[in-house]
Amino acid sequence: MRELVGRPYHEIRPRLGKDLSVRELVDAYLENIARLDGQVRAYLTVSADQARAQARELDDRLARGEPLPPLAGVPVAVKDNLCTRGVRTTCGSRILEPFVPPYDATAVQRLREAGAVLLGKTNLDEFAMGSSTENSGFFATRNPWRLDHVPGGSSGGSAAAVAAGEALAALGSDTGGSIRQPASLCGVVGLKPTYGRVSRYGLVAFASSLDQIGPLSLDVRDCALVLQAICGRDPHDSTSVDLPVPDFVASLEAGVRGVRVGVPAEFFGEGLQPEVRQAVLEAVRVLEGLGARVEEVALPTLEYALPTYYLIACAEASSNLARYDGVAYGYRSPRAHDLYTLYARTRAEGFGPEVKRRIMLGTFALSEGYYEGFYKKAQQVRTLVRRDFDRCFQTVDVLATPTSPVAGFRLGERTADPLQMYLADVYTIPVNLAGLPGISVPCGFVEGLPVGLQLVGRPFEEATVLRVAYAYEQATEWHRHRCPLLRA
Amino acid sequence: MDYETVIGLEIHVQLLTQSKMFCGCSTRFGAPPNTQTCPVCLGLPGSLPVINRRAVELGLRAALVLNCTVHPSSQFHRKNYYYPDLPKNYQISQYQYLEHPPLATDGYLDIEVDGQRRRVGIRRVHLEEDTGRLVHPAEGAVSWVDYNRSGVPLMEIVTYPDLRSPQEARAFLLKLRQVLQYAEVSTGRMEEGTLRCDANVSLRRPGEPLGTRTEVKNMNSIRSVERALAYEVARQREVLERGGAVVQETRHWDERRGITFASRSKEEAEDYRYFPEPDLVPVEVTPEWLEEVRRSLPELPDARRDRIMAQYGLGRYDAELLVQTRATADFFEAAVAAHPSPKSIANWMLGDLSAYLNEHNLEIDQLRVTPGQLAELVRLVEEGTISGRIAKDVLVEMLETGDSPRSIVDRRGWVQIADEGALRETVEAVIRDHPEPVRDVQAGKEKAIAFLVGQVMRRTQGRANPALVQRLLRERLGLPPQG
Ligand SMILES: [Zn+2]
Repeated sequence: MRELVGRPYHEIRPRLGKDLSVRELVDAYLENIARLDGQVRAYLTVSADQARAQARELDDRLARGEPLPPLAGVPVAVKDNLCTRGVRTTCGSRILEPFVPPYDATAVQRLREAGAVLLGKTNLDEFAMGSSTENSGFFATRNPWRLDHVPGGSSGGSAAAVAAGEALAALGSDTGGSIRQPASLCGVVGLKPTYGRVSRYGLVAFASSLDQIGPLSLDVRDCALVLQAICGRDPHDSTSVDLPVPDFVASLEAGVRGVRVGVPAEFFGEGLQPEVRQAVLEAVRVLEGLGARVEEVALPTLEYALPTYYLIACAEASSNLARYDGVAYGYRSPRAHDLYTLYARTRAEGFGPEVKRRIMLGTFALSEGYYEGFYKKAQQVRTLVRRDFDRCFQTVDVLATPTSPVAGFRLGERTADPLQMYLADVYTIPVNLAGLPGISVPCGFVEGLPVGLQLVGRPFEEATVLRVAYAYEQATEWHRHRCPLLRA
Repeated sequence: MDYETVIGLEIHVQLLTQSKMFCGCSTRFGAPPNTQTCPVCLGLPGSLPVINRRAVELGLRAALVLNCTVHPSSQFHRKNYYYPDLPKNYQISQYQYLEHPPLATDGYLDIEVDGQRRRVGIRRVHLEEDTGRLVHPAEGAVSWVDYNRSGVPLMEIVTYPDLRSPQEARAFLLKLRQVLQYAEVSTGRMEEGTLRCDANVSLRRPGEPLGTRTEVKNMNSIRSVERALAYEVARQREVLERGGAVVQETRHWDERRGITFASRSKEEAEDYRYFPEPDLVPVEVTPEWLEEVRRSLPELPDARRDRIMAQYGLGRYDAELLVQTRATADFFEAAVAAHPSPKSIANWMLGDLSAYLNEHNLEIDQLRVTPGQLAELVRLVEEGTISGRIAKDVLVEMLETGDSPRSIVDRRGWVQIADEGALRETVEAVIRDHPEPVRDVQAGKEKAIAFLVGQVMRRTQGRANPALVQRLLRERLGLPPQG
């Protein structure tokens, strides 16, 4: 059954209910998890029994001749900051190690309704704070392409799982690049939808005004399929928007003739690995060759995006993470003896160093006397970043940039220097600040490590982004490469 | 030279919604601990708040009856602080930033004290969520948390420092409660915690800037607000007259001892790190929505009082009492509609009925007697079927049984004796048995006739028509008919 693993769903689906059962598909993935996850360490929790039960139920429905739901039998992995009813949800943090949610996140519920089978919960940087998955409170995940390298983060577990054939598709969350950057580093497709496109209900908040849930997959068509299932207004999330959801798959093949592609010069400057630059510019030429019109655009606020992001994200996080206090759920320090020590010791023992760093930074930014100079100023700069993008989108339809400034880095290489780590998201962060849809698709390799092309669109124009990404993908072979681990 | 008292109030009102501010849980009072909770009001990871539109609507109703300016767009904020009754460790509240106004600002409410009309400014009206409750059992070094109240919708009303005496503060709270009850915004009962009040108090020489204020908390009835403020005013006056300075601090009212005392002051002022709640979109109030709310408001107490005076010819005092609660005014108007004797109905309501309500600590809408039944009682008296004296007994039985006055009168055989022949015999007997009062009457002491009337009433168990008895006695004793 090994041949089933690592093939996109749209190739598998026609066989379901004919020479292939959902149970066989799910078992193939569970076997591959058993074979590889000891090395990759993508999963925090594998819910094999539930997955098999769900698979049996789907097979019964198929046997009764019921129509196939859109994601029937897709073995999915879900980042462990998305609530799953009855399945432990840790956020990669010791402080939530014992937490079992009584409810499903809306996106998870919609995946289940679409017929997807939940294999388990994937590793992440604690509370999604990080770019390498090394900040997990449990263990580091490895890049399946080169096990001594990081998979990126914070959705590193989800990206590595898809790349290693340990899940056919996955959900991640993206606050500053946490879907796109690991997708880039693991050589898979990852999309962050427009802010408000996918309900955040059940996504454990890191930075509420930036977080979005999105799919990771082997190719663009699968990405569109999963996105289709999770999109749309949810009455449980006031910030989810009530806009019609187009048929993303149907519009994939419209081509790029006449599409205007903007290349912002600021994204190709200092700090960009030359081989990555070359791969991305080559990808732009491919699009041009397919009939797209390429022009240079300016995003001068790029240099302010990173500090702006860290002020806003940390400020919101400092408040969002205040609830982990040992009172009602989660970890409680056994050394607490009064209210103050309950708070102080639970949090001191439960949170890792990066989370503490950001809580302190955010608390400071919101404090009296500093609010105006930090948080409020950051919001003003955020508006400027948004305007920069608006201006670009008056003349172009999508922007093409590198996803990550480097193809990858080794485990431990950046852990000592938080600023170096923060720079890993320098090209993805502005997209979150502006709330835009962005995708990363594979566009080359550097020393055996994948490179990602980032395409960014206007608000709620995921369809355009997917269409351009699909055209590029169909014209190239990068998405057909599988990591050596999976091929072995 | 005397001091002027300056008082401002901060009032928290629980809104009359079925469900909580940001989730669908019930707001019903008294359920077993933690049974009215969900991921949202427990602050579970991943849960998100959604604004209860009905709560906003009640806020708008309050804003309108308080004559406020309603802001077309207002924003919720997070107030960050740690306490175990606050599951998220932040409270979602509307906090006034320059760029983010609360739901409504700058209104007023008119009150009357000693016949003087005063206008009290309302600084702001905003919405927020309540916290849970800590329970400290007598045994063991533990505390429990009940999150049933967590997320219950609250409205905060802040006045300008326009009140000049504890009496005015009391009058304001009574009036506020009255209009909020009329508008069906809140039950406004301090005793039940659906209305809570903190007060800022300071003294100053007239014409001088505001003095240092103290904040008085922990008052659990309107009466205790007045008492606490009177105490605090006297305390500050004494401090100032001694040449001392008032310390800016929070003081707690001790109802039993009748004093305020300084609570342990925090070493540093708390920094709540307010910032706009990113999980919620702004509250948008369109002119159409506001107009719809305005149209749905009932006639307010002052207007209703004036109309009742004009329409039914009642005095201001009586009319004021009748509009005290909307239910009372509704009862009155329903009774008058059934039998158009407004003065008698008002007298019954403000007399026997109100005494019964006070005695049994009931609200008028909890009575077994309907407005139609009271109207019928009044009609029976006016038609002479029963005497006013008997009517009082009938009412008592109506209140206890809920039966109609007609059926009680029939059952008890309380129909008034209007038969001259039957009464003449009783009159003769009374004259025979009381020669002295008879002599007094005949000697010109007309007052003594009341005694004889009373004796006849007594022998008939009150069923005699008093006017008839009076006439028969006068005839029999040779007095001229009463003028
Ligand atoms: Zn609830």
